[in-house]
Amino acid sequence: MNDGHAKRPGRLAATALALLVVLVFAGLVSAVLALPPTAAGLSADVGAALPRVGTDNPVTATLLAFRGYDTLLEMAVLLLAAVAIRALRHGRLPVMRSGDEILAALARVLVPVMVLVAAYLLAAGLDGPGGAFQAGAIAAAAGVLLVLAGRGLRLLDDGLAVRLGLAVGLLGFVAAGIAGMLVASAFLDYAPGRAATVMTLLEVAVAVSVALTLFEMFVSVLRCPIPGKAADAADRGRR
Amino acid sequence: MSAPLLYALVGVALFCMALHWVIACADPLRRILAVNVMSSGVFLVLVALARRVPGPSPDPVPHAMVITGIVVAVSATALAIVLASRMRSGAAGR
Repeated sequence: MNDGHAKRPGRLAATALALLVVLVFAGLVSAVLALPPTAAGLSADVGAALPRVGTDNPVTATLLAFRGYDTLLEMAVLLLAAVAIRALRHGRLPVMRSGDEILAALARVLVPVMVLVAAYLLAAGLDGPGGAFQAGAIAAAAGVLLVLAGRGLRLLDDGLAVRLGLAVGLLGFVAAGIAGMLVASAFLDYAPGRAATVMTLLEVAVAVSVALTLFEMFVSVLRCPIPGKAADAADRGRR
Repeated sequence: MSAPLLYALVGVALFCMALHWVIACADPLRRILAVNVMSSGVFLVLVALARRVPGPSPDPVPHAMVITGIVVAVSATALAIVLASRMRSGAAGR
């Protein structure tokens, strides 16, 4: 363990650190307190532009249309992290406790409900509270529950479908961007009248990518060997 | 003091406490957890300040940024955990 032999910081360093943190805290507090109690924000601008993109949910419109670049780059970050994790992970998936009847029963009851909730959130996201990220997170949690219960091990297949699913969010955004260049005026500029269709497709693609990426990440972390007790004991001895 | 301001200050406090742990801890897992708490503080500040707009619903733009940030934070955490595990097992194998 490289970090195990790190020396305890001296009293001087601890005092300097405390001073630094207090200074940062004071600066941030004064910055927050200096803000006006009410601000115009961007609500009015977003509300005025909503009819152009054909959705009633301002957060969805911001994510998929007004700040589409953000979400495109976020999809790139997700894909990059998933690829890096798949390259780094090692060890085997620990044997799941498929004999755990309580967990299996819970999964039998909960997973259909979770899939239903995810589908509802995805469908609702275009008009109200909900959206691709929430739906993807819940779908990923359903997959994790299945794997923990020893079911759904086919989800761990490393086929082309999984790889495509990981990338479909980024691919969809890039395709929508290029289509915007060809049909409309600029990258990620949706053609008038087609914005609602494009955003629906993008939402589904983002949800699939988010769900698969989160699921893959959880399974990859499971596959990592748990640090030995010796390392933990050494860690506790330092404190 | 208005409620959004109070929540924002709580977020600042979370951020600063976690900042202390990021620097003071040598253990990778604790550092990863501390970075997560830091990001939660940042998200709390953003969401709280989005409530300062007049009208019934908060500013959607910071909310969209927080949703983006949460997913990026989760993926960065997973990558960091895999790296930390790799570091430990690599060091143990030597």
